[in-house]
Amino acid sequence: MSALNNLQRLEAESIHIMREVVAECDNPVMLYSIGKDSAVMLHLAAKAFYPSKPPFPLLHVDTTWKFKAMYEMRERMAKELGFELLVHKNPEAVAKNINPFDHGSALHTDMWKTEGLKQALDKYKFDAAFGGARRDEEKSRAKERIFSFRSAQHRWDPKHQRPELWQLYNAKKHKGESIRVFPISNWTELDIWQYIYLEKIPIVPLYYSAVRPVVNRSGTLIMVDDERMPLLPGEKPMMKKVRFRTLGCYPLTGAIESEAETLPDIIQEMLLTRSSERQGRVIDHDAAASMEKKKQEGYF
Amino acid sequence: MAHVSDLIEKDILGYLQAHQQKGLMRFITCGSVDDGKSTLIGRLLYDSKMIFEDQLAALESDSKKVGTQGGEIDFALLVDGLAAEREQGITIDVAYRFFSTDKRKFIVADTPGHEQYTRNMITGASTADLAVILMDARKGVLVQTRRHSFLVSLIGIKNVVLAINKMDLVGYSQETFDKIVADYRAFAKQIGFENILAIPISGLKGDNITEKSNATPWYKGPTLMHHLETVQIEERVKSGPFRMWVQWVNRPDLDFRGFSGQIVSGVVRPGDRIRALPSARESVVTRIVTKDGDLSEAIAGQSVTLTLRDEIDISRGDLLASSDSLAGVADQFNATLVWMNDTQLLPGRPYWLKIGARTITASVTEIKHKVNVNTLEQLAAKSLELNEIASVNLSVDLPIPFDAYTENKETGGFILVDRMTNATVAAGMIQFALRRSQNIHWQAVDVDKGARAALKGQKACVLWFTGLSGSGKSTIANLVEQQLYALGRHTYMLDGDNVRHGLNRDLGFSDTDRVENIRRVAEVSKLMVDAGLITLVSFISPFRAERRLARDLMQAGEFFEVFVDTPLAEAERRDPKGLYKKARKGEVKNFTGIDSPYEAPENPELRIDTTQMTAEEAAAYILRQLEERGMLMGFRVAEDTTPTA
Repeated sequence: MSALNNLQRLEAESIHIMREVVAECDNPVMLYSIGKDSAVMLHLAAKAFYPSKPPFPLLHVDTTWKFKAMYEMRERMAKELGFELLVHKNPEAVAKNINPFDHGSALHTDMWKTEGLKQALDKYKFDAAFGGARRDEEKSRAKERIFSFRSAQHRWDPKHQRPELWQLYNAKKHKGESIRVFPISNWTELDIWQYIYLEKIPIVPLYYSAVRPVVNRSGTLIMVDDERMPLLPGEKPMMKKVRFRTLGCYPLTGAIESEAETLPDIIQEMLLTRSSERQGRVIDHDAAASMEKKKQEGYF
Repeated sequence: MAHVSDLIEKDILGYLQAHQQKGLMRFITCGSVDDGKSTLIGRLLYDSKMIFEDQLAALESDSKKVGTQGGEIDFALLVDGLAAEREQGITIDVAYRFFSTDKRKFIVADTPGHEQYTRNMITGASTADLAVILMDARKGVLVQTRRHSFLVSLIGIKNVVLAINKMDLVGYSQETFDKIVADYRAFAKQIGFENILAIPISGLKGDNITEKSNATPWYKGPTLMHHLETVQIEERVKSGPFRMWVQWVNRPDLDFRGFSGQIVSGVVRPGDRIRALPSARESVVTRIVTKDGDLSEAIAGQSVTLTLRDEIDISRGDLLASSDSLAGVADQFNATLVWMNDTQLLPGRPYWLKIGARTITASVTEIKHKVNVNTLEQLAAKSLELNEIASVNLSVDLPIPFDAYTENKETGGFILVDRMTNATVAAGMIQFALRRSQNIHWQAVDVDKGARAALKGQKACVLWFTGLSGSGKSTIANLVEQQLYALGRHTYMLDGDNVRHGLNRDLGFSDTDRVENIRRVAEVSKLMVDAGLITLVSFISPFRAERRLARDLMQAGEFFEVFVDTPLAEAERRDPKGLYKKARKGEVKNFTGIDSPYEAPENPELRIDTTQMTAEEAAAYILRQLEERGMLMGFRVAEDTTPTA
């Protein structure tokens, strides 16, 4: 056998990281966002512990505003790979019916995701949570550690990040503290797609182009995924051939017009496209809230 | 070039096929902002088309607003943003950047800034296959060039590129280039660099980055990108002996028992004989299990699960090694240490040491010398500060498997972790095992501690009195000893001041000496306990870490930490020896409570609040507690009504 190629090295590194966490932490969990990065992370977890089942549950911090197709995929994957699935919805957000239309993307994200995640971690007393963030996603991720510590109040203290040398991860922590672990830190968007292609990993069909009902909101194509979407006076959903480069809450995720119906088409389109994947995320454009600030507040 | 090859448009499947075989290389760029490091990295990202239009638009507008290139694209802005982050106080030891070409994917470790440079560079370099050392053509070999080169050699990177930057500012002069290269080679010999490639570049103008420059017709070598794409890199010492740390014991059911880990060197096949270290028990590999099916062979870098023929006891942290070529096992080492924390290294203080999947207790027994990273000069040292590098002797509490770092980074590299703060405080590289650890064995004795104590009709233990100077430790300890004596118990008292007149008279009051002071006393009290005595130790012992060390030396139930809790103001008011007065005047340095910290116990066995109890009451209380815990073997202390603290 010749030297390992790029994807083989990345796969082995991610598995190594997951095993370290399981060996050193008391109660780990894998955060599941149902997107393509999560799909790869689940696939890696199934490999890392085979023939055992992954020794931790999946946690979906639900906003109730994900695409329908995502909920279907969630149930299917948990069952197929043998994970216990936990779903948490912030009860306060449920009670107040928080939604992106009436409350804006910032409050919506804060209540459902940031607060919801903290609640879930506290409720189940998880001391380590795997997340699917990658360093190539944007500038502020580039310096994120693989093991990122959070105080008992879930705050990220960037002044006391631990240096990570070789493959040695220091997982020691005080009672109440927790770790966010990013096992696919060193994967790029292209690596993710190539791996999905090679390993035939199931992904939400929304990544593939199809004719879907959308409305144009200030240049962003928003899919009308269910009846909760309020239409503006005179606004009518158009049927367009679109797909999504990233998936989140449907009212906050922009579609792109595309002909890419297969994985090779998607990869081809990605390589020829000249805009970065996060462009479709409404949340990143909120000028007031940089990713840095969000992280300090406890956003993943 | 790069992604935008015709292949993508015309034959995406062919492209995917080709890219499946793409390798990965990690490299580090060494240099300061002034050397044009950010510009170079930005240029590499730009030239490999890794910048998207939305990012480019932002870059162009930023270049006009805050750029340093007169409105032209300022590549440095792509990677920088670091100045702002520094202002926010964020520690960024390394930022990782990604780009790829048709041949390889690259991960660049970008280590910012001048401050804490050693720590940052060592961290980034620890995973790098290659180092690009940047120099400014106008300045030649500087002190910082030497420093970068020394650190690169220390971390064991074999592939070095010398990128002589800003050639445009010296008129692309071959003479200038040749002179710098000659100067550098003379220096590089000292640190053992052999394969160095020097390339004249301009990050700003793009000369010899991806395209051969017309401005340097005299340069016949490859462009930087071409070299990065084609240079042979050590693929995880594939040719070395088989090594794998057991990360996790895989037991889905009673019928399967596998050992999961990442192979760090060599090759393994079913049928290979291996030994589990440190026990050295031998077995034979039966299967290499993966979810994609069993393998007939696995190589360095792969994460696998092995099953063995025999039911031998193996747990996390054991090293599986080829029986033909075993790793060493030892408990004392010479190692190179890079200190990475604001809190200084104190010899004698216990730390966690993590090597591979194994975590144990370790302490530095001796600092041989530290190294001036700029001049390579060796200097004497009693402690180490942030960013200092030293050769040290190290002792671990149980023998561990290892290889020399120069042989294998994954079995010779380790980190030290502070046991109180959990911070990663040092990176270390094992050089060799100390021979004495193989030659000093425990002398087995027939009369043991239990026998000696039983003869005296007691259980041996340590009463460790800690508290501020003047808190009343010695007064109370004295009373306790008197009463024990009166009861016919065999005791001994170690008093801080008295021991400093003899055993510890060579020690002062620096933090380093305080640690050593307590270490010796802890060891002596361990001998006393072994002799069957009830041992009273009355020492300020201000640091938690050393009291913990003393506790760890004893067996469970033998160590009683007695916190003589007197507020500083009260101790200073009493001032029985007039020391606080002197300390306030600055006549006594490093005085606990004044200019040296006291770390109060968090969970002492006994706490004596001297503002609530007299010394006599305290002594009676302690005796009663000893009796309740069965330490006085049958003796009953008279009932008394002292309020418990």
